[in-house]
Amino acid sequence: MKVGLFIPCYVDAFFPEVGVATLELLERFGCSIEFPLNQTCCGQPMANSGCQEDSAATEALFVDCFQGFDTIVGPSGSCVHHVRFHLDAIEQTPQAKKVRAGTRELIEFLHDDLKITEFPWAAFPHKVGLHDSCSAVRGLGHTRPSERVYEPYFSKTRDLLGKVRGLELLEIDRPDECCGFGGSFCVTDEAVSAKMGYDRVHDFYRHGVEYIASADMSCLLHMKGVIDRLKLPLKVIHIAQILNGGPQ
Amino acid sequence: MSRPVDPEGLAARFIDLEKHETTHDRQVWGMRQNRDKAVADVPEWANLRERASQIKEHTLTHLDQYLEQFEQNATKHGTHVHWACDAEEHNALVHDILQAHGVKSLIKSKSMLQEECGMTPYLQKRGIEVTESDLGERIQQLSNEPPSHIVVPAVHKLRSDVAVLFAKDIGTDPNDSDPHHLTEAMRQAARPRFMAADAGMTGANFAVAETGGFVVCTNEGNADMGASLPSLQIASIGIEKLIPRAQDLGVFIRMLSRSALGSPITQFTSHFHGPRRGGELHVVLVDNTRSERLGSADFWHALKCIRCGACMNTCPVYRRAGGLSYGATYSGPIGVILDPGFNLEKYREIPFHSSLCGSCSEVCPVKIDIADQIYKWRRVVAEKGLLKLSKKVGMSAMGAVLSQPKLVHAGESVVEQTLPHMPRFLLYNKLNPWGKHREVPVAPGQTFRQWYLKNRRKNS
Repeated sequence: MKVGLFIPCYVDAFFPEVGVATLELLERFGCSIEFPLNQTCCGQPMANSGCQEDSAATEALFVDCFQGFDTIVGPSGSCVHHVRFHLDAIEQTPQAKKVRAGTRELIEFLHDDLKITEFPWAAFPHKVGLHDSCSAVRGLGHTRPSERVYEPYFSKTRDLLGKVRGLELLEIDRPDECCGFGGSFCVTDEAVSAKMGYDRVHDFYRHGVEYIASADMSCLLHMKGVIDRLKLPLKVIHIAQILNGGPQ
Repeated sequence: MSRPVDPEGLAARFIDLEKHETTHDRQVWGMRQNRDKAVADVPEWANLRERASQIKEHTLTHLDQYLEQFEQNATKHGTHVHWACDAEEHNALVHDILQAHGVKSLIKSKSMLQEECGMTPYLQKRGIEVTESDLGERIQQLSNEPPSHIVVPAVHKLRSDVAVLFAKDIGTDPNDSDPHHLTEAMRQAARPRFMAADAGMTGANFAVAETGGFVVCTNEGNADMGASLPSLQIASIGIEKLIPRAQDLGVFIRMLSRSALGSPITQFTSHFHGPRRGGELHVVLVDNTRSERLGSADFWHALKCIRCGACMNTCPVYRRAGGLSYGATYSGPIGVILDPGFNLEKYREIPFHSSLCGSCSEVCPVKIDIADQIYKWRRVVAEKGLLKLSKKVGMSAMGAVLSQPKLVHAGESVVEQTLPHMPRFLLYNKLNPWGKHREVPVAPGQTFRQWYLKNRRKNS
């Protein structure tokens, strides 16, 4: 299957290893990967701040980069959520519609589209805490949100991580509480954002977690900033890295 | 132009109080957990939500008919029905009624609408003594603060704060913060005020068109006392509180307190149909921007709100920031989408006081798309040119760079070359909010794009 690889701007700059893990993982399942070199960003930072006008050119570039693909996969719930639900600062041409409909987040692509049930190469003998991001849980439906106590529980993320040898998933007090990243919120509402981050990280820490795993590197970027400041013995890891056989 | 409120700055101050913030977060999250338990016991919750939402949408799209039906039926019971376009008209109407009856002192139960109208200061300025009878509201009144939560108005205070406050007002021991002692002391202090009041005021949770009655839900019974002791009762009711039939209460009453506090029902659910014998009952139906909102395709769903506060309890920003940080009548997620509709210039920062986590939309018993409306209010703020200058400049610069691959791909190499070598004082200063409580990420040796060009490009 031909797949257009979408690597969000901050992953490209700060976490290239997550991009590599995503690419290698998809290759393991026989996908033919192409990374359009002109891609930069999906437009979310501007659009989330209300600036439709400022996000239009970036959104147009995104559509231009990916219009040749039926399937576009990116390792980020938040960016994929923007593309699917909010990429509307530009005219909704057939190309834009096709790109939006074809954009998949890595977890849902593996779980729903490829229906992967085994990762024979993957072993991760560590205590892991799962950080399901808000966009992944409430936006894309990776996991039943904690608010919906009246619906049966499911978690695509847990289904996949459950196939990794040696991985021990630990429960925390507030399973899907926001970590406080929130895009530009993390600097415009600095005190609240940082406090949310401190609380989130401490929830993992007091439950004995070694690695905080997430499908969203932006949340992890924020929480890593907190962990490093507090000098806590915690590490962050993208789920693509775990599924691809551990950090390289 | 109104000076914009600064929710971020006010929040930072609340967080600096440390014990207040951690206690607040724990208690308010506790209400969310109680809500989860209560909701899990109702297997048909999803159906109830859908039904509640449909009833509200139906009523709001036929509001003119239901309002007139309510007026007719209420009048049949001997209730006087008044109409107020805005806050000023509401306050003047209430004042006229009070004056006509020679009222000197008024006892009132909790009403967010009366808060919204600024009624208490209006009446006090005109020589009428106003006493809040809800314990939390009384605490807020004595503190000269608005309620910080629509259900538990003083939840941002510690018990010790209340002990100090009561010591000053009713002479209790400032070092005794036992909630039972404090509550009992205020109960004893409030009784004479109830007895002496010339009029009682309430709000309403629901107004029923087919009966012309209205329903007030409380946990303290204070609304009932205030409505029963004096011979004059006045209720302020927002026009969005209408529901068509008495049987619809079977949906809403089941959801209200479960969503709010996790209890199956409020301690008191009082139905008022006409004045008590020998008394007078007045109802003031208030618009105050509701009609305008009803005409807005993006925002009219906010009128479905039944003021349960579930969105506040679940909101991670509200729990850290405290309700007073919004600087408005309504706080929390529902405040974020209501406040800008009252005064966009004043409340232009409020839509950014959210991480857009979406939990509010999930707990809302009437299925208001709260998070989506927050997102849309940001657009309105930007379109009206009301964005903070720093954000405006930052976003247009970002948009200009991110739409040009050549600039971006040159830019990253600069970042990765310079960031690791920057002295700490350049990264961690007042101009970089990221670095105040967090370490700045270190860019590794190469970008993914560079890796790809080296390792895969040659094969394709």
